[in-house]
Amino acid sequence: MSFLTVLYALLFYTATALFIVGLAYKIRQYATTPAPLKIPTTPAPTTTGGVVFRMAREVVLFESLFKSNKWIWLFGWMFHVALALVILRHFRYFQEPVWGIISFIQPFGMYAGFFMVLGLLGLWVRRLFVERIRYITNPSDHLMLALLVGIGVSGLMMKFVRHTDIVMVKAFFLGLMRFDLQPLPNDGPLLVHLALVALLLIVFPFSKLLHAPGVFFSPTRNQVDNPRERRHLAPWAAELDK
Amino acid sequence: MAAAKFDTPKMREYPSIPALQPDATAHLKSFLAAPEHNTFLGFPGELVENWQEKAIEKMGDLLGKYRGLRVFMDACVKCGSCTDKCHYFQGTSDPKNMPVARQDLLRSVYRRYFTFAGKFFPGLVGARDLTREVLDEWYNYFHQCSQCRRCSVFCPYGIDTAEVSMAAREIMDSIGYGQKYCNEILGKVQKVGNNLGLPGPALEATLEEFAEEISDDTGCNVEIPLDREGVDVLLITPSADFFAEPHIDGLMGYAKVFHAAGISWTLSSYASEAANFSMFIGSYSNMKKVAERIRKAALDLGVKRIIVGECGHAWRVAYSFWNTLAGIGSGGDDPYAQQLQKQLDHSYPIPQHICEFTWDLIQQGKLKFDKSQNDHRVVTFHDSCNVARATRMGTEPGGQFDIPRNVIKAVCNNYVDMAPDTIREVTYCCGGGGGLLTDDLMELRVKGALPRMEALKKVIDEDKVNAMAAICAICKAQFTKIMPYYGIPMDTIVSLHQLVKDAIILPGQGEEEAEPAAEATE
Ligand code: SF4
Ligand code: SF4
Repeated sequence: MSFLTVLYALLFYTATALFIVGLAYKIRQYATTPAPLKIPTTPAPTTTGGVVFRMAREVVLFESLFKSNKWIWLFGWMFHVALALVILRHFRYFQEPVWGIISFIQPFGMYAGFFMVLGLLGLWVRRLFVERIRYITNPSDHLMLALLVGIGVSGLMMKFVRHTDIVMVKAFFLGLMRFDLQPLPNDGPLLVHLALVALLLIVFPFSKLLHAPGVFFSPTRNQVDNPRERRHLAPWAAELDK
Repeated sequence: MAAAKFDTPKMREYPSIPALQPDATAHLKSFLAAPEHNTFLGFPGELVENWQEKAIEKMGDLLGKYRGLRVFMDACVKCGSCTDKCHYFQGTSDPKNMPVARQDLLRSVYRRYFTFAGKFFPGLVGARDLTREVLDEWYNYFHQCSQCRRCSVFCPYGIDTAEVSMAAREIMDSIGYGQKYCNEILGKVQKVGNNLGLPGPALEATLEEFAEEISDDTGCNVEIPLDREGVDVLLITPSADFFAEPHIDGLMGYAKVFHAAGISWTLSSYASEAANFSMFIGSYSNMKKVAERIRKAALDLGVKRIIVGECGHAWRVAYSFWNTLAGIGSGGDDPYAQQLQKQLDHSYPIPQHICEFTWDLIQQGKLKFDKSQNDHRVVTFHDSCNVARATRMGTEPGGQFDIPRNVIKAVCNNYVDMAPDTIREVTYCCGGGGGLLTDDLMELRVKGALPRMEALKKVIDEDKVNAMAAICAICKAQFTKIMPYYGIPMDTIVSLHQLVKDAIILPGQGEEEAEPAAEATE
């Protein structure tokens, strides 16, 4: 087994472990921290079903962002939808046989890569040239964009410029999942692509990418507007009643 | 106090996003609370010696108690969506008044002390040590946020800067760095029963005067009862309704509605205040104490219903928090909440807003109006932030926008709305909410009112609007004070129930002397 294969195998095991443990830790933290007061941004749904619908519009359509700024919405939404397609498309490297739905989205997923990069570049241009957004930007915000663009571009390179032996790649990942190492092709764009993806997994639980789990726990969006009908009491607040 | 001179912002023809002027309002610092104001509320009198350590400790405590704060600190992606949404940013051009930048004042410290990235790579993620400069920045800019929640409407994760500024103020209070305006008032309400510090006998005399005035006007025997036991309704209203213009006219409006509907009611001298400034400083325990006064008054007086007068944040505390804080509401299964629940009449919402109450009576046909009494007015309505974005009226989401408008339209013939991007869910703050309605922040108050003033000016010019109704004591006080800066007459601001008062016909009113009354209006 080549050094490279072992190195990447270790990298992915570590990255995945950090990603899962880190994210589980944060999700647990969000879930166990009480929300002592009813603070939905109103008008808010008065039923749980309504809240599910509100969250769905927020997560799928970026409703609040749409209300605010069409450019940020356009680039942000384009990037996220494309990313979702690209991720789904990549499922096929982890399953045998490949599900029908994953095969179905293959062609969309391939071109989604371009939209993903385009969306990211749009966001980056705004970050660089819109004074207000430049003001609130930290170096990490640029690095995050660089990382994602890097992943997108290296991925597109493999698909459209310098083909990688994708059968081998798939064997490598299926092998990883069964703890049975298979050789990884020694290919520039592939190695860059995989290293950046591993890096993304690692930084996820430590960075602003926490917005992904965070949005589901945001009390201004996920609370039902029924404070007069139900007494809402957090454990630490109930203590004060005694 | 020699306030520095400042320029009233120019009204823009087409509101545009201002270019950044760093530190434009860095000099605005509201007065610090005196030691006795702080200690009464259970805070240290002055900045404690080890304030830095204590502040971080408090931050940790709050992060563990408030999921909102925890998520908001982590989730911001710096997308910029909220940056142009704050009226204080629009009016001052100070970048630190952009909601995300305001949050970052706290977030930078959160990252430094509570996150891996901030501990090891502070420069990369904009993490900062909590220095004296940072603390002073907190003080100044977290008292330039009216907690209006307009930014939270536009954030893809619902990040609510109001929550962040409440937490920041709570941290500052915990180290003895509280604000005078809020803390002094919170002392008064807990000592005397209202924000003014107006004692029972004085209140009684004032109310008698108002009642006489209405009775003289109408020839009907209208009362404004205080501490009357066994009546149906306890009215909890902001104490500004007892002394300020145009608030008083609103109070007289409520009195006439109760009289016309034949529903017995009372005010309480023990709980003669709807406002609860504890919300502004994020103090749960003080908020609970003030709310418990209302429960005690309701139990002592044996009322069946609790109705809340015209006040924005007070309605938020009442609608959203009273049930949590003091069991004033339905559905509590603890013995503690149940005592009050047994007494109250659950066929009405608990608590109920005065607009819900009046609108309900109008729908039942129990009130009579002569709308022409308001014909000299062209009316618009200012949605107060806390009512609009933190509460509801009626059973449907958005009732908080429609019910007040319905009431106005039932009593006035001429009504127009301001521009759609300045009302309802995205309404602009008056500029004086959230504990900023103090003379030491006059410059901020004037500048922060810019977007609302622009929208109002437009309907004044185009639709001849001469009255803007509001249902918030702070909005009314703020507008009265700042409208002259923009060349708008201060009596343009009216209480919603002032319009009701002017149009309502009490049962039996004018029956003997119908002719002279009609003449008198001309
Ligand atoms: S809550 Fe209101 S005042 Fe505070 S930052 Fe947001 S928009 Fe500005
Ligand atoms: S809109 Fe929300 S996520 Fe975007 S910069 Fe503002 S606070 Fe951050």
